[in-house]
Amino acid sequence: MANRLTRAVTGVQDWFNDRAPSFGPFYRKHMTEYYAPKNFNIWYIFGVLSMVVLVNQILTGIFLTMHYKPSAAEAFASVEYIMRDVDWGWLIRYMHSTGASAFFVVVYIHMFRGIMYGSYKKPRELVWVLGMLIYLVLMAEAFLGYVLPWGQMSFWGAKVIISLFGAIPYIGGALTEWIMGDYLPSDATLNRFFALHVIALPLVLLLLVVLHIFALHEVGSNNPDGVEIKKGPKGNRWSDKAPADGVPFHPYFTVKDTFYTGFFLIICAFILFFEPTAGGWFLEHDNFVEANRLVTPEHIKPVWYYTPFYAMLRVIPDKLSGVLVMFGAIVVLFFLPWLDRGKVKSWRYRGTGFRVAIFVLGVCFVWLGKIGAGPGTDPVETVIGRILTALYFGFFGFLLAYTGLGWEKTKPVPERVTGHD
Amino acid sequence: MANDGVDTGRRRFLTATTAVVGGAGIAVAAIPFIKSWLPSARAQTAGAPVEADISKLEDGQMVMYEWRGQPIWIIRRTKAQLDALPSQDSRLRDPKSTNTDQQPAFAQNEYRSLKPEVLVLVGLCTHLGCAPKLHAELKPEPFDPDWKGGFFCPCHKSRFDMAGRVYAGVPAPSNLVVPPYRFIDDGHIMIGVSEGAA
Repeated sequence: MANRLTRAVTGVQDWFNDRAPSFGPFYRKHMTEYYAPKNFNIWYIFGVLSMVVLVNQILTGIFLTMHYKPSAAEAFASVEYIMRDVDWGWLIRYMHSTGASAFFVVVYIHMFRGIMYGSYKKPRELVWVLGMLIYLVLMAEAFLGYVLPWGQMSFWGAKVIISLFGAIPYIGGALTEWIMGDYLPSDATLNRFFALHVIALPLVLLLLVVLHIFALHEVGSNNPDGVEIKKGPKGNRWSDKAPADGVPFHPYFTVKDTFYTGFFLIICAFILFFEPTAGGWFLEHDNFVEANRLVTPEHIKPVWYYTPFYAMLRVIPDKLSGVLVMFGAIVVLFFLPWLDRGKVKSWRYRGTGFRVAIFVLGVCFVWLGKIGAGPGTDPVETVIGRILTALYFGFFGFLLAYTGLGWEKTKPVPERVTGHD
Repeated sequence: MANDGVDTGRRRFLTATTAVVGGAGIAVAAIPFIKSWLPSARAQTAGAPVEADISKLEDGQMVMYEWRGQPIWIIRRTKAQLDALPSQDSRLRDPKSTNTDQQPAFAQNEYRSLKPEVLVLVGLCTHLGCAPKLHAELKPEPFDPDWKGGFFCPCHKSRFDMAGRVYAGVPAPSNLVVPPYRFIDDGHIMIGVSEGAA
């Protein structure tokens, strides 16, 4: 019996191998023979977690489209219908809306990890740039998605964000009409945002994620020590050509990632069941009122993951400059691999200046996020916001000077990864 | 692959011309898709001019109409409000309305209107499209101790005077927009078309 079963399995395998001989090597290259550094710590789970959230968003999104109506007349009611009348609709909707915030939580941590350990540095510049593109598409995707329930903040948020394009000289006015397909956010706008949100951008996003992972697997993963394991000694338990400090991604890291994914899902489930709107942070109160183009909400503010950039826009008194600074804050991140001239990757072995600078960057980002989420009426806060904006950009200027002019005093980097046999 | 006897010049020419013709084809084929995003015929019809009745509008009163989904304010200004306008010039960003995107040519004057007392504005802040509030009285306000009447935007504290002209040092970059309009008679205004146009 066992023999017959084995023969059957082997037969099917052979049948596939004859017809698609590259499938097996492909699987091995990315899973069982992808050697990741054995000193990965907890910071290295957030890439996988963002994949988990992406799958969640796609699955819940597909089911939401089965009940949602992408028209200005019906959208708001159809979301309420999902929440009240569709069996388990509330759960699917909250999994999607809370999932959006979870996405940004893990992506921001993932990005900060990259800065801490110098994961953007040579030879991983392309991995970083592709990751930044994912971040950019993700922000667009989240914005489009936020418009779909057609609540007050959907409408007014859309109006504000689209009006940013109006700041472009000469073509601004025509461009905003082209984006909206009308003279204000309307049925036409909602309908096309739906198309972009459920088809166009998810396709782009998936393609970029695949490229991001392929680019990573070409050069290999960085690690908390910033040591290139491919340049270290060869030979481990699985292969005498593989890096000695690497272990196969599958099963070793898939098991580790699954373990942490369990923790992550417990936290997500807790939020989902007890605080799905996070007190107005994940879904704003104004968005539980249907869009009304003649009534402006008292405070128009975006969801928390945009507020650091929104704060920059708001503290700058000139509209065009504000828009440029806001987009510049994202663009400058693309150039991080070339602004940082230092050779040492991990903050463990970098100069004190760098450690202080990334701490300041983190504080700026969080504090600006808080300012951007507030009413923006306090003049002191405006001044603080300007200082924080200057410090945010100052991080990149400082990094260039600090590393380019040789001010950085690094510690010796070990030959091999530390903390493991 | 054997490249013997290949006319490389001819091959390069064919590659280049195919790329150029193909590129031009893609560019032209993209036009319908790009244009499909423009306001449709239905959206343009819905954006047609609107007639406003101001025959019963008293001094200092405001009435709101809707044109292209935008709130249109019509205000009959009092003499005190009109007289106070020149006093604000030094505090404004663009007192002479030199930014011609913000009003039709007929409204590029001291009052930013066809008739001095009747002010017609699009009621949307030029910063981020919020709705400014009318604070018509000439009295000290919490946001401005020297207030001579005007509009205050609660979103980001932009201030405008009684001609919709923006104060300096606020987030809004330009004066409130004056829509195209014309008088049908003393009591009626057509919003959406200028004098002379059909």
